[in-house]
Amino acid sequence: MANNDSKVHIISVTVENRSGVLARIAGLFSARGYNIDSLSVGETEDPTVSRMTIVVRGDEKILEQIYKQLNKLIDVIKVQDLTSEEFIDRELVLVKVHTANGQARQEVMQLVNIFRAKIIDVGKKTLTVEVAGSGSKVRAMIEFLKGFGIKEITRTGRIAISREFGK
Amino acid sequence: MTGSQIIVETLKKEKVSVMFGYPGGSVLPLCDALYDSGIRFILTRHEQGAAHAADGFARASGKTGVCLATSGPGATNLVTGIATAYMDSIPMVILTGQVATHLIGNDAFQEVDTTGITRPITKHNYLVKNPNDLVRTIREAFYVASTGKPGPVLVDIPVDVQKAEGNFVYPERLEMRSYKPVYEGHPLQIERAMKLLAESKKPLIIAGGGVISANGSAQLRKFAEKTRTPVALTLMGLGSIPTDHPLHLGMVGMHGTRYGNYAVMETDLMLAIGCRFDDRVTGKINEFAPKAKIVHVDIDPASIGKNVEVEVPIVGHITSVLQKFLEHAPKPDTSEWLAKIAEWKEKYPLTYNHGGDGLKPQFVVQTLSDITGGDAVISTEVGQNQMWTAQYFKFKKPRSLISSGGLGTMGFGFPAAIGAQVACPDATVVDIAGDGSIQMNIQELSTAVTEKIPVKVVILNNCCLGMVRQWQELFYKRRYAFTCLKGTHPNFVKLAEAYGAAGYRVEKKSDLKKILIKALAERERPAIVECIVEPEENVFPMVPAGASLNEMVEGLA
Repeated sequence: MANNDSKVHIISVTVENRSGVLARIAGLFSARGYNIDSLSVGETEDPTVSRMTIVVRGDEKILEQIYKQLNKLIDVIKVQDLTSEEFIDRELVLVKVHTANGQARQEVMQLVNIFRAKIIDVGKKTLTVEVAGSGSKVRAMIEFLKGFGIKEITRTGRIAISREFGK
Repeated sequence: MTGSQIIVETLKKEKVSVMFGYPGGSVLPLCDALYDSGIRFILTRHEQGAAHAADGFARASGKTGVCLATSGPGATNLVTGIATAYMDSIPMVILTGQVATHLIGNDAFQEVDTTGITRPITKHNYLVKNPNDLVRTIREAFYVASTGKPGPVLVDIPVDVQKAEGNFVYPERLEMRSYKPVYEGHPLQIERAMKLLAESKKPLIIAGGGVISANGSAQLRKFAEKTRTPVALTLMGLGSIPTDHPLHLGMVGMHGTRYGNYAVMETDLMLAIGCRFDDRVTGKINEFAPKAKIVHVDIDPASIGKNVEVEVPIVGHITSVLQKFLEHAPKPDTSEWLAKIAEWKEKYPLTYNHGGDGLKPQFVVQTLSDITGGDAVISTEVGQNQMWTAQYFKFKKPRSLISSGGLGTMGFGFPAAIGAQVACPDATVVDIAGDGSIQMNIQELSTAVTEKIPVKVVILNNCCLGMVRQWQELFYKRRYAFTCLKGTHPNFVKLAEAYGAAGYRVEKKSDLKKILIKALAERERPAIVECIVEPEENVFPMVPAGASLNEMVEGLA
């Protein structure tokens, strides 16, 4: 699906909080060959409703189909493409990074300060860093940490919400 | 009340009078409750037969078809039938038994993840774990199956839930915040469509299965007549306007009429109503209707703009949109266009080589059409038999062709005909079959005999899997891999008789009519009419897969 018009979209989907809904959504994406970058799910202010934040890549035509096919699912309450409006996004990432010597440790700790990340665990030869932020911030932090050698990484996937400011 | 009694009471509230199914360990309590419920239970000889019969019942009647099977193999045997209904948007409710709730996930005896397996082939499905959820769930299942774009809905019910005590409180109103089908077309879009029609010189309606499922045939016909717009049909749309109507252009697509396909290539405004531009209809997609602006009316937003670019999308219930079209219908001057089409019809009619003594399959279909005057419910299997039926049977009414369009399921026609006959007990119901496909669900002869369901099966026996053989002849250098059935068939006449049905064989053209008349007169039992037809006959015209609609192959010998 190498397409020049291909763009990243963050789709927010509110669904009935029932078993099987995640499988339904995941199944739709795999059956129709749409690519998911990340998907995260959680309960909303209403416990009977869950929100899924799905990051997908595709051109306008594919996005339109994704939007329509999601809406067609009986358990889906609302589908919103957040990237079509003002939005705020965050991702939480935990990175275990190699720090072979004192100098590497110092450098990582400086980076952590600059990015306003946190050190949450210390090993003999590693530091574990927690970084939260927008897609671009997280990407930049990971790029820097790669230079030291990343032992392990785990990420939540992006979540997002529309901006109220100016509304 | 037990869960099973709750299910039965809910089915009655949903006005279910008949269901098709097969018992088993996980539906014992439910079968027991159905036993003296007053709901007619038709025992098929295979769960696939039950699913297709419920489907055929729904297509013929417009009501929701219901079928039942047990857990595990019972449920998996339904899968082809459910997928068939899903592809053609047929309203169906499927009840399956499931192992007891405490065993789910344990790989228990006859356990499969039924909702998991059927998720991509149902409009929606449910697993009910609490007897108090049964009423609402089943009520929802019927509502979802029959509204919006219809489709099959499955309810999986563990055996312990069928036995447990619960309350029966039928909710008169049903509110689903996540399911709200759109019925009214957008007035501005309707206005735009009618404006385009007013300016059009060569408008063309393409009507699909959506017109039939929405019971919109009468409105379609009025609209076509008022605007003098010719109507071409997809396979699923056949019957939505009578074949002998002057504006009728026959089927379009791979085996469509020449004049129908030419009209698609020449039209300047296509009004696509309740169709979804399947690849068998469009041929090469970027050469489809090259001169036309397209107005697409469908209940399903996802069908619009999926395969072809659309100028005016209209989401709504077909009948309601057609009604609005009628109210705003312009009177475009289409006389030149209609004259052009009449010329094509004259020059390129559907035809085949009538010569010789041999029995031609097209002639069999034509004769059946003449004898019944088109006043019959015809089901088909899939392949050549299906295409010849679509080309040569003169359908007069909607819901008179019952055929697996989207999935193309061999073995569908016969059990579907049984369902159709149950829905229309007084109608003449005929399955036009091939010698290959009829053997995929032949066991249902036993069902038809036992239940005194007088369906007729006309087997076009060419001793091969004809449509695949045709492709091999045209595109695989006549290498007939696994398609020749010569010398392998049972004696179909004796087979029919062994089941207690009537069996006839026709080998000569001159015998056909009188034998068909005799077979159609059977009212107490099913009848098989085996027609030994010319083996090398092909379905023409044909647009090779991936070619443009004006690149039709004609093969008159």
